[in-house]
Amino acid sequence: MSATLSGPADVADGRGAAERGSHVRFERVHLGYGRRTVLADVDLEAAPGEILVVVGPSGCGKSTLLRGIAGLLPIGRGRITVDGSPVTRPGADRAMVFQEDALLPWLDVRRNIEFPLTVKRLARSDREALARRWIERVGLAGFEAHLPRQLSGGMRQRVQLARALIGSPPTVLMDEPFGALDPTTRAAMRRLLVAVWQESAQTVLFVTHDVDEALALGDRVAVLGRHGVRELVLVPSPRTEGVAREQTRERILNALEPEKP
Amino acid sequence: MTTAPPELDRAPMVGDPPSGHGVRVRVRYGRPARWAVRIASLVTAVLLWQLLTTRQVSLWIRFGNLPSATAVASAFWHQLHTGQYYRDLAASVLRIVLGFCIAGILGVAAGVAVARSRVAEDLLKPVLEVVRPIPAIALVPVAILAFPSDEQGMVAITGAAAFFPIFVSTRHAVRALPTTAEEAVRTLGAGRWTVLRRVVLPGALPGISGGLSVGIGVAWICVVSAEMISGQYGVGYRTWQAYTVIDYPGVVVGMLTIGLLGGITSGAVELAGRRVTRWLPREDGAHR
Repeated sequence: MSATLSGPADVADGRGAAERGSHVRFERVHLGYGRRTVLADVDLEAAPGEILVVVGPSGCGKSTLLRGIAGLLPIGRGRITVDGSPVTRPGADRAMVFQEDALLPWLDVRRNIEFPLTVKRLARSDREALARRWIERVGLAGFEAHLPRQLSGGMRQRVQLARALIGSPPTVLMDEPFGALDPTTRAAMRRLLVAVWQESAQTVLFVTHDVDEALALGDRVAVLGRHGVRELVLVPSPRTEGVAREQTRERILNALEPEKP
Repeated sequence: MTTAPPELDRAPMVGDPPSGHGVRVRVRYGRPARWAVRIASLVTAVLLWQLLTTRQVSLWIRFGNLPSATAVASAFWHQLHTGQYYRDLAASVLRIVLGFCIAGILGVAAGVAVARSRVAEDLLKPVLEVVRPIPAIALVPVAILAFPSDEQGMVAITGAAAFFPIFVSTRHAVRALPTTAEEAVRTLGAGRWTVLRRVVLPGALPGISGGLSVGIGVAWICVVSAEMISGQYGVGYRTWQAYTVIDYPGVVVGMLTIGLLGGITSGAVELAGRRVTRWLPREDGAHR
């Protein structure tokens, strides 16, 4: 089924189909906490419907970048625009998935997943229908009434994923969402994400420190360093094992080398 | 100083198992047996009371001056058949309910505001911190002066007493909330009020219900004291009244009534608290 207009009919369709992904743009952006600048002078762009993976060493500001787009951080200098309008605060058009547990522990799986629809004041029947589809999609059928603490880490991340995607946001921000999972679950989650993305063509900004994950998911990979984006790498398509992939991998790894002072 | 549990508090003997693995000697007995012991304990206490008072034992404490268990029981029985007993009961419970509800609403609201907003903190906290150390009982003269009726004054004192534990625990609970869930929910389209109603309040509920439990206890202390000073009805007033007319069994009946009511209301608050925080992980007795 192809994606059409984003609207109530579309939401009820359950495909999570946004019309298209947003165009995300960083223009000489400074981000930080209080007086501490974490990222300076970042210029970066994510095309509509692309999966842009951001890699970089710990503490280089990958998460800060995402929190900037999400509107969770005040932007010091420069600006971040989503489809041309500057980001000033969080909004449902930019859903974020966190590495750590971000579910509401007092809500069961179904209510957690429904949350964005509850906020939108969607009718109960629509909510339930859509939630049922997403619960099946992320493989949690039978666990609807479980509380987050009764689930494994992988299952909790699946709930987070479903919760972020159920409202079909044009931009999805993922902060090492599969970082704490075992390799098998990780691979399954990646496949799930790609499957969802192929239907909805959302813009995905995905942060990881795992180069293989970056290659498996990304259309492009941005390597982030202390002074902004160091390298922007196009991942060869189709994403298969091969010479091109190896070369890309080399390039990313080189860019990840410690910076010379 | 050894850290051995009391069961092991004896000299090691030949034939003891190798040290390092304490053998826990613990009497195990079933539920009915435990209840039997509990009831026996209560019965023994009452019997002891009866003996000490009727035999006029004087072991520094002059038990002879105290009413016996049977005298209290018959006074209780008598009072249960008077309208006055229930009027007093109703008066005290009404004061508690009103004062506690006011304290609950104001305490939670102020606690959340101070924890979430810097402006609210700067505005409210200095005043509240100055007033907080004043025992609510010390407010009795002010309450009598300030409120048009004694009734309102007593409700105000009860409320003031219960307010602080509720306020403080709400503030702590809100501050201690992890931020991730809130941030996630904001990126899912939740505004300020939605976050407050659907994330902050439910998340702080375990802490708030702890504050409510403490608050109801303090409320009883204060309502009884206020009644003793300025009431015309109420269990506290009646207890003091009984003392002034040398009706000592009446005093004990009052005490027992206060204890009973306090226990019932705290139990109700605790139960309600457990009900709304069922999602919390608990050790074994999760759904009692």
